[in-house]
Amino acid sequence: MDNLQVEHALDWMAKTNEKIQDNKEYLTTLDQAIGDGDHGINMARGFGEVMKKLNGEAYQHAADVMKDAAMTLMSKVGGAAGPLYGTAFLKLSMTFKGTDVDYATFSKGIEDALNGVKQRGKAEIGEKTLVDVWSAVANALRENEGFDSEVILQSAKSGMEGSKDIKATKGRAAYLGDRSIGHLDPGSVSSFYLFESLAEVINEGA
Amino acid sequence: MSYVGIVLISHSPKVVEGIKDIIRQVIHDVPIELAGGTDENEIGTSIEKIQVAIDKAYSEKGVLLMYDLGSAKMNAEMAIEMSEKDNIKIVEAPLLEGSYVAAVESGMNKSLDEVVKALEKGF
Ligand SMILES: Nc1ncnc2c1ncn2[C@@H]1O[C@H](COP(=O)(O)OP(=O)(O)O)[C@@H](O)[C@H]1O
Ligand SMILES: [Mg+2]
Repeated sequence: MDNLQVEHALDWMAKTNEKIQDNKEYLTTLDQAIGDGDHGINMARGFGEVMKKLNGEAYQHAADVMKDAAMTLMSKVGGAAGPLYGTAFLKLSMTFKGTDVDYATFSKGIEDALNGVKQRGKAEIGEKTLVDVWSAVANALRENEGFDSEVILQSAKSGMEGSKDIKATKGRAAYLGDRSIGHLDPGSVSSFYLFESLAEVINEGA
Repeated sequence: MSYVGIVLISHSPKVVEGIKDIIRQVIHDVPIELAGGTDENEIGTSIEKIQVAIDKAYSEKGVLLMYDLGSAKMNAEMAIEMSEKDNIKIVEAPLLEGSYVAAVESGMNKSLDEVVKALEKGF
């Protein structure tokens, strides 16, 4: 894969939606442990709506797919994940706009999305949020030179697993303090599904 | 005469309805609009609801957004950015007490900045 085309972007969202729907209960269980137990419900509702929206339109550019995903997630997710994922996809759409989404553009997009999410959540790396996964992937992309599914998958996985043994200092889980240690961060797991899906798209589109 | 409008944002529609009832016993003319719950009125917040509430509460004196929990603030910030207006502000104050004070101040014909200052000092 040299460029992220419209069909790749659509496939990326469809695969993410499948994983989110399949793991709705699991995400909710994770959020029950250190939050309010709605992350699976929020994400399943949001991505379900994203698929409805995307299936009803014809797209010319990956940027427009990202934009519609962003707008839908913002209004439909309900919890913190709404503005956070909404911001991430909006940044991707802004960076992709008007150009071929080659590796450099894609990698810049993820970087911009990461910065947008950090700003939106006032969060830094290591606070046990989805920022940990996005930053791990952004770093890996920066150090590489082409779409490589394994690099994306492994970096997302390490970001997700790294969220387990640290204390939450942002989001609802922060209210638990030390008791948040030892649990995976739900938002990091849903972000892992997003990047796992991307890795699959890259494999299939190679 | 126009007043600084107030938008109450909460994860629950019932919370903002109750707060509005309490304020309305005392303050009648200040625009108070509600953005409680998700689009389906479940627990959560909705940017769309916040945007609609801002539009309804809007006057040239501006609008103040009051919120309950962290994720509501993120949605409020997004709604402000998307409105592209510069006289809409968020304050950090307890939702009930803060909104009450904001309504009283606005009712005394204060400017947006004055209301914000009163809240920053009070909490
Ligand atoms: N301030 C923040 N900055 C970055 N990420 C955050 C922040 N607050 C929450 N999150 C992420 O959002 C996830 C929770 O999402 P969700 O359950 O949908 O929202 P809520 O906390 O409103 O119930 C967390 O697991 C975390 O990854
Ligand atoms: Mg939650």
